[in-house]
Amino acid sequence: MVETPTLPIHEVASEIPPAPRGTPAWLRQIIAFAIIAVALVAFWEGYKALGAATGGMIPLTAARLPVRPDDKSMPHVFDILAALFKPVQRGSENTLLSFLLRSALFTWREALVGFAIGSLVGFALGVVFVHSGLLERGLMPFVVASQTVPLLAVAPMVVIWGSRLQWPAWLAVTIISAYLTFFPVTINTLRGLRSPDPTALELMRSYAASDWQVLWKLRVPAALPYIFTALKISATASVIGAIIGELPSGIADGLGRSLLTFSYYYVSGPEKLYAAIFGAALLGIVFVVIIAQVERMVVPAGRRIE
Amino acid sequence: MSHSSPVVSVSGVTKVFGEGDSDRVRALENINLDVHPGEFISLIGPSGCGKSTLLRLIGDLIKPSGGTVQVNGKSAHQARLDRDYGMVFQQATLYDWRTVRKNVQLPLEVMSYAREKREARAQEMLKLVQLEEFSRHYPWQLSGGMQQRVAIARALAFEPSLLLMDEPFGALDEMTRERMQMELLRIWSQTQTTVIFVTHSIPEAVFLSSRAVVMSPRPGRLAGIVEIDLPRPRAFETRESAPFFEKIVEVRECLRRDEVRVASA
Ligand SMILES: Nc1ncnc2c1ncn2[C@@H]1O[C@H](COP(=O)(O)OP(=O)(O)O)[C@@H](O)[C@H]1O
Ligand SMILES: [Mg+2]
Repeated sequence: MVETPTLPIHEVASEIPPAPRGTPAWLRQIIAFAIIAVALVAFWEGYKALGAATGGMIPLTAARLPVRPDDKSMPHVFDILAALFKPVQRGSENTLLSFLLRSALFTWREALVGFAIGSLVGFALGVVFVHSGLLERGLMPFVVASQTVPLLAVAPMVVIWGSRLQWPAWLAVTIISAYLTFFPVTINTLRGLRSPDPTALELMRSYAASDWQVLWKLRVPAALPYIFTALKISATASVIGAIIGELPSGIADGLGRSLLTFSYYYVSGPEKLYAAIFGAALLGIVFVVIIAQVERMVVPAGRRIE
Repeated sequence: MSHSSPVVSVSGVTKVFGEGDSDRVRALENINLDVHPGEFISLIGPSGCGKSTLLRLIGDLIKPSGGTVQVNGKSAHQARLDRDYGMVFQQATLYDWRTVRKNVQLPLEVMSYAREKREARAQEMLKLVQLEEFSRHYPWQLSGGMQQRVAIARALAFEPSLLLMDEPFGALDEMTRERMQMELLRIWSQTQTTVIFVTHSIPEAVFLSSRAVVMSPRPGRLAGIVEIDLPRPRAFETRESAPFFEKIVEVRECLRRDEVRVASA
C-alpha cells in the first residue's frame, strides 16, 4: 500500500478545475427581458385571435372582451414594427423610426438637464436638512406641497414665466422636468445621510472630525445606495416631466408633440401612437439602465439595494 | 508607576441624564479615579451601572453634570481635539464601503496624514493585528473577531496615548474572545498605550488588567478597586493558576459586598 501524500491546501485547490462560470448577469437580464417581451407579444396576439374567433366575446359568456380586439384598438405587433420603417407621413422622406429616435433624443436632452438640476437641488436640500432641523421643519412642508400641486397646472405657469423672461423654450421644459425630479432625491438623500448609526458618528467625533469631513467621509458614502434608488425614480420622472412640459411650451421636436399628433390621427394610423408610446417607455428604461450601471461602478456589491 | 502624573484624572464627577423628575437618571455619582501611564484598567460592574457613561465622559463624547475630567493634564475636550483617544466599541463599526486597509486609514485621512504615511501606518497596524493578507477585503467578508481586530488597528493607527474600549469582545464567542484577549495584551505590551477597558466579565477583567475598577448601580459609583498583580506576560496557563482564581473571588466579593449593602439600605 502506498500512502497518499497529503497536499498543502493551495495545491489541492489548483487541482480542482475552476467552477463553470454561469451566464454573466447582464446576459441573464437580457434573456429574462426577451422572454417577458415574447410572452407579452404572445398575449397581445393571442387576445386578438381569441376575439376574432368569438366575435369579441369572452368565451362561453355573453360579455364583451374589455378591449375590442380589432385592428384599430389593438394593431398587430407586426404592423407596429412595420410602421417604424414606413414614412412618418405621406410623402415624407423620414421613416417613423428615425423620426421617433430624433424626438426621443431631443426629449432626453431636456430630461437629462432637468434630471441633473433636480438631482443637485434635491441633494443640496437633503444636505441642508440633515444639518439644520429648523430649516427642515420650516421647508419640508413646502417641498411636500410642491409635489401635490398637479403638474398640469404648474407646467403652463412655468412656460408663461419663461416666455416673459425670454428664456429659450427648452429651458422651461427643463425646469418642469427638474421640478418632478428633485423630490425623491431630497427624501432619499436625507434618509441616507441619517442612516449611519450613532457609534459611526461617535467614531468621527472621537477623531475631532469637522462637519465637512463627517459629511463626505461618512454621511454621503452611507447615503449612496439610497441616492441611487432615488435617481432611478427620478430618471423616469424627468422623462415624464419633459414630455408634459413640451406640450404647453409648443416645442415641436420632442416626444410630447409626437404623442399628441399621433393621438389626433389615431384613426388613420393607430400603429404610430403605439410606436411612440413604446419609444417613450424605452427612453425611460435606457435612462434607468445607465444609472444602474453607474451605481455598479460607484457602490461596492455588498451595499447595493437591489 | 503612581509617581508619574496621571493620564486620566476623574474627580468628583456626576452625570445626570434627563430633565424632568420622572425621566431623571443619576447615572454616575461622585466618581474619583486616576489612571497612570501604561496601566490597563478595567471598568467592571452589572449592566446599567454607568461603565459606558464613564468611558464616554473620559472620551468627551458627553459632558459631566458636575466635577472634572482631566486627560494628559488638560480638559477632556481639549484632549479630544488633540486626538489623544482611540476608541473601540462593542460593534466593530467599520465603514462597509471601505476596504480593511481604507478603514484603518480613516482616522489618518481625517487627520490629514500624507498618503505614503497613511499607507505605511495601515500596513504596520494590520501586521500588528495579523491581518495583512486581508487588507483589500471588505468588512462583510471578515468574521466578527477579525472585524474587531481591524477596529483595534484603526484605533491604534494614529498612536493615541489612551485607548478606550467599550466591551469590545462582548459580541464574540468564548474561544475567539480568549484569543482576542491574548492578542490585545500582546499589542498593549508592544505599544505601551494606556487602556481603559469596559467589561461585565469578571475573568476577562482579571486576565487583562493591572487594576479592576468595580462599579455598582443606582446611582453608578465606584464600589472598590482590586489590584491585579498577576505576573506578566499572561498566558493560557494564567487562567488555570491559583492566584487567578483568588483574584476572581476578590472581584466577585467586591461586587457582592456592594449588592448586600444596597439591599440592606
Ligand atoms: N443617553 C442617555 N440618556 C438617558 N439615560 C442614559 C443615557 N445613557 C445612559 N443612560 C442611563 O444611564 C445608566 C448607565 O448606563 P450605561 O453607562 O450605559 O451603563 P453600562 O454601560 O454600565 O451598562 C443607565 O441607567 C442608562 O439607562
Ligand atoms: Mg455599556
